[in-house]
Amino acid sequence: MAQEQMKNLSADETPPFDETLNIRGEVCPYTFVRSKLKLEDMDEGQVLRVIVDYPPAIKNVPQSAANEGNEVIGIKQIEERAWEIYIRKREKK
Amino acid sequence: MKKLELNDDQVKRYSRHILLPEVGGKGQRKLLEGRVLVIGAGGLGAPISFYLAAAGVGNIGLVDGDTVEVSNLQRQIIHFTHDIGKHKTDSAREKMEALNPDIKVTVHKTRVSSENILSIIADYDIVVDGSDNFPTRYLVNDACVLSGKPLSHGGIFRFDGQVTTIVPGKGPCYRCLFPEPPPPGLVPSCQEAGILGVVAGTIGVAQATEVLKLLIGIGDPLIGRLLVYNALEMKFRTVKVPKNPQCPVCGPHPTITELIDYEEFCSLRS
Ligand SMILES: [Zn+2]
Repeated sequence: MAQEQMKNLSADETPPFDETLNIRGEVCPYTFVRSKLKLEDMDEGQVLRVIVDYPPAIKNVPQSAANEGNEVIGIKQIEERAWEIYIRKREKK
Repeated sequence: MKKLELNDDQVKRYSRHILLPEVGGKGQRKLLEGRVLVIGAGGLGAPISFYLAAAGVGNIGLVDGDTVEVSNLQRQIIHFTHDIGKHKTDSAREKMEALNPDIKVTVHKTRVSSENILSIIADYDIVVDGSDNFPTRYLVNDACVLSGKPLSHGGIFRFDGQVTTIVPGKGPCYRCLFPEPPPPGLVPSCQEAGILGVVAGTIGVAQATEVLKLLIGIGDPLIGRLLVYNALEMKFRTVKVPKNPQCPVCGPHPTITELIDYEEFCSLRS
C-alpha cells in the first residue's frame, strides 16, 4: 500500500466539514474503528473532522482511512497534544 | 427499519471485525441481527455455536435432545467435565452466554423429526447441520429445501471431514450428491465410530465460517462445492458438485414432497 503524503494544515486553515468525531482519550486501533463507524454513516463526499490526542493515531487513522478509499484532506495540530484529521468519505470502487 | 447502533462495549468487542474492510460496522450489525439454528450440540455443534456466539450472531438456536456424557468431552469442547448428565443445550447455552452476553440463545431440547423440524427452522435465516446421523442429515436437507433455507452441511468420520453449503435454488442439495441414505449394511458399524477429536473442530469452524460469510454477504460460499479434508495427510480438496436434474427433492420433478423419518442404524450416538 502506497504511503499517502499527509498534508499538514496550518493553524488558520479549516476545511469545511460536515461531522465531528471527538475521540480524545481513545487509543489505536479504536481511533480508527470509531472513525470508520462514523464514516460508514455519512454520505459519499461528506467531510469528517476527527479530534484525537493519541499521537500514533495521526499516522494510523489517515493511513487506514486512505487504504479504505477515503480522501484525507489534511491534519491540523490544535494543541500541543491534540490534532484534527479531515477525511472526505469516498466509497471504495 | 431502525438502525442498530453499536454501543461502546460492542465497538470494542467486535473491533477486530469492524477493522476488516469486508465487514465493518455494517457487517457486524448483520451478524447481530442474524438468526442461526445449530442442529446438534455435539462435536460439530460445539465449535460452531461457540464461534457464532463469539462473533456476535444475535440469535442462535440449539437443537439437541441428549445429555452430556464423558465420552463426548474428547471433542465437544463446549461441554466440561462438571456438565456430565446435563442437557447439552443447557450446557452449551451457559458457555455461549458467558462468552458473549450480547447474544440470545434459544434451546430446543428435542430431536428433530418430520413432525417438528419445519416449525423449528421457521424462525431462522440459516440452518447449520451438526448432526451425527443419516436420518437427521436427510431430514434437515429436505426441510431446508422445502422451506428455501440456506444450510451448512458438515460431516466427520475418523480422520476425515466434509463441508458444503446448500442454498436452495442456487446450487445442489445434499440429495443431489447422495440421493438416498446408505443401506444399513454399508453404514460403518458402531465399533468404527472413532473420530480424532480435533477433526470436529476443523470441520465445525469451517461451517461457522460459511455461516458468517452468508450472513454478511461476502466471499464465495461452498455452493456447488464439497470441501473434503483428511487430517492424516493434512490436505483440503474442493470437489465441484453439480445439481442433479433428477434430484428427488430439489429437482424439477421431485418425488419427495414430504419429510421422511429414516430409521436409525446405530444407537450408539455418544
Ligand atoms: Zn438436490
